[in-house]
Formats: sequence, C-alpha cells, structure tokens
Amino acid sequence: MSEESFTDPGWLSEEVKTGTTIIAVTFDGGVVLGSDSRVSAGESVVNRVMNKLSPLHDKIYCALSGSAADAQTIAEIVNYQLDVHSIEVEDDPLVCSAATLVKNISYKYKEELSAHLIVAGWDRKKGGQVYATLNGLLSRQPFAIGGSGSFYIHGFVDAEYRKNMTKRECQEFVVNALTLAMGRDGSSGGVAYVVTIDQDGAEEKCVLGNELPKFFDQ
Amino acid sequence: MATVSVCQYHPGGFSFENCKRNALLEADITKLGFSSPAARKTGTTICGVVYKDGVVLGADTRATEGMVVADKNCSKIHYISPNIYCCGAGTAADTEMTTQIISSNLELHALSTGRLPRVATANRMLKQMLFRYQGYIGAALVLGGVDCAGPHLYSIYPHGSTDKLPYVTMGSGSLAAMAVFEDRYRPNMEEEEAKHLVRDAIAAGIFNDLGSGSNIDLCVITKGKVDYLRPHDVANKKGVREDNIDGRPVTGSYRYKHGTTGVLTKVVIPLNLEVVEESVHTMDTS
Repeated sequence: MSEESFTDPGWLSEEVKTGTTIIAVTFDGGVVLGSDSRVSAGESVVNRVMNKLSPLHDKIYCALSGSAADAQTIAEIVNYQLDVHSIEVEDDPLVCSAATLVKNISYKYKEELSAHLIVAGWDRKKGGQVYATLNGLLSRQPFAIGGSGSFYIHGFVDAEYRKNMTKRECQEFVVNALTLAMGRDGSSGGVAYVVTIDQDGAEEKCVLGNELPKFFDQ
Repeated sequence: MATVSVCQYHPGGFSFENCKRNALLEADITKLGFSSPAARKTGTTICGVVYKDGVVLGADTRATEGMVVADKNCSKIHYISPNIYCCGAGTAADTEMTTQIISSNLELHALSTGRLPRVATANRMLKQMLFRYQGYIGAALVLGGVDCAGPHLYSIYPHGSTDKLPYVTMGSGSLAAMAVFEDRYRPNMEEEEAKHLVRDAIAAGIFNDLGSGSNIDLCVITKGKVDYLRPHDVANKKGVREDNIDGRPVTGSYRYKHGTTGVLTKVVIPLNLEVVEESVHTMDTS
C-alpha cells in the first residue's frame, strides 16, 4: 500500500472564493436582496453560514460574489466612504452614489480584483433601485443576479419576473430563485439570507436549509 | 484615520518588481542543480471555539520544512494583546512577523485610545495588511479574544478575507478538526467541556494529518484572565532509552560496562618528560 505523498492540499493555498448565488429584485416600494451562504477554498467549504449581504448604509446593501477578500475589502472601503459622504451632505446617501463608489473601485482596479457586487437599496428620490457593477460598469436594472449559481437561473428569473410585485411575492421569488440555483450549483449552498429594504428600514431574515421550498428532485 | 504605527504605509499596493527577478533566479538555480531554500511551514492544525465565558484557542506544535520536522515543539499561539491571542498556520516566518507587527501597532493604538483593544480592531488591521500583500504573505490565522463587547473569534485567510464564527479551524489538519467540531459543538458550553472539545479537535488533526503532530497547546481567554497552557496535552510522548551502568539507570548513554570488550594484552610505557618552563598568567577579568 503506497503512502500518499504529503503535499499541501490545494485549498491551503487556494484563494478563498464565494462561489455564489446572489440576486436583487425591486418591488413596489423597495428592494429584496438574497444570497446563499457558502464560501469555498478550492474544493473545501471554509464557511457554510457566511452572510454575503453586506450593509453599506442603513438602507443600502450590497451582495458579494467572486473572491472573498476582494469583495469584503470593496464593501468595507465603500462603507467608510459612504459614511463620510453622508456626513458631508447631511442626509442619507442615494443608492446611485453607493453604486458609483463601488463602480469606481471595480473599474479602476479591474485587472487586479475579481469580485462582482450588486448594490441595492431604497432612497427618498427614486425609491427602490438595483444596480449591477460587474467589471466596472454601472447599470440600473429592475433585477440583477450574479455569482456562479446565477447561470442556472437566468431562464427562471427571465420567465418569472413581473413588474410591480408585492413585497411578499418578491421575497418568495428571491427564495425560489436561490433554492433552484443552490440545488444545481456545487459552489452555492447552505442557508439563504434575505434582506428586504423599504422606506422603514432594512429587515434581515435567514431561511434555513430545511425551510427552503422543495422543487422537483428525484 | 491616521494612527501612529510601526509599519510604513505603502501607497499604491504591493510592489511586484522583485517577483520577476525571483522567477529568473529560481530558473537559474534549478539549472545549476540546486534548489532554492524552502520556507519553513507550519503544516498545522489550529482551531478556536467560543464558549460561555470566553474563547478557547488550540494548536499543535509541529513545524515542518518540506518532509522533515524542523521543530518538534514550536509555539503557534501568539500574543497580540493582554486580552487577544492569535494562532497562526502557513509560513512560520509570516505568521510570526505579522502577529508581532499587529501586536505592536495595537499596543500603540490602545495607548492612543486609552482603552483595552477590541478583537475587531485586530481583525481589521490583520486583514488590511494581508490584502495589501495580495496573498503573498502566507499567514492563515485564528484570532480570538474577549473585549468589552464579549468573546469574539475570527478566521483570517492569506488573501485578506475574514469570517466571524463561533468555531473555526485552519491549517492542513483543519478538516479533521472541523469534523470533531461539527459533531460536538454546542452554544454556551462550560469551560471544561470547551477545553476538552478543542483538545479532541487538535488531536484529530495531529493523528490524521501528516503535517501536524507533537503536543497540544491551549489558550483559554476570559474577561480579565488568560490561561496559556503549554503543553496542555503531551499527545506524543518520546520513549526513554534505558541503560544500566553498574546498577545505575542512565538514559541514552553510549558508555559500555567494563568487560564488554575483552582485553587481550596491556602494555604501559612511561614517558620521561622534562618540565622546561612553567608560567602562570592571570586573566584580566575587570
């Protein structure tokens, strides 16, 4: 019986990635963000309960995907910049401002960074908004999906999204989309985190694995 | 934002100028038949757990250099501040220096604020430094401590991402240790149960991972008190070589009993030497 040669397993030196599913959807009066909770380094899961919905301000959140270090760092830097900005303007910042700050970092360091953040929130001027900032673009959309698991649900969200859903319907839509993606993508899994932002504030919820809806699964 | 710090701030991120040079040197050395010196790694098992009154950190004590054990009893639990300790896995020099730099900066920061440092502060400092070096500093850390906001535990990866969790493991033996945690962790454990759990998790890493071994060190941090138990458990006792010389047990001695080798002949030749000169110099010890 040959002894396995001791080389450091890949995940010791592999960068920690959030192979992920993230989604943000607007509804009448606010936005709903959702994410899975799996963080992988190579083939190993290093954190199975990570909340990838990171607050940038009271009513502005961003969803993290890609390299965990890059995404966390961008979110923390923008959090700090938004704090300063909101003190300077003496008011809550606009979602567009937050998204622009994220876009500026993503674009300037696009060769060095590999993280994709979806910025979503509510402000007084334009209500609920979702911005995609992939690779340094800034695009306002009715909904956005991202991460490795999003490829499996493009068809689903395109077919099932309707304008002017209620808050309840929107939350269900997000949870369904996450469940389907987590079911098919190996790098997404764990629990589902859902954040609902409207004019009253942000409400965080965690849907455990056994509470997720059941789909066709032989 | 600027605080007094030992580390000089580098504008513009990591300077990659020397990487090309290093790659050329590597190629040249290989052509000559030598190999560049291998960094000493602590192929390791480290872990931490939050319990009712605080945090328990655990680590094995083996440091490896390639396939050879370089240090059988190295200390992997590093001091950061009186209430914060940090276990380090990865390249031994990197974990040692990183924790020392942050410990120094944190002491200056604590003197500046006039308060006991928080674990979140240490976490921020560590992650920002590791991110600045884009993963080239091979330090994977488990940071734990108790501050005014309670007990906290963070895991910090070489690229600069961090996770705040109730139980974490790192290093080559982390999968074995995590298996033990996932089975037996409960929230709000008592101190003895938490110590036992961490001890078992490190033991799982020691016995099932080639890169971890020797003893188990434990560090129990509570509000106002730190128990640094080194070693907590000597999991691998070294055997004792016993010899007997004239009835006395002597360990590891290469002296043999009289009569082991038979004497055939014995010739004694006295040498007549004349003493020519004898002088004594006293040494100046002032």
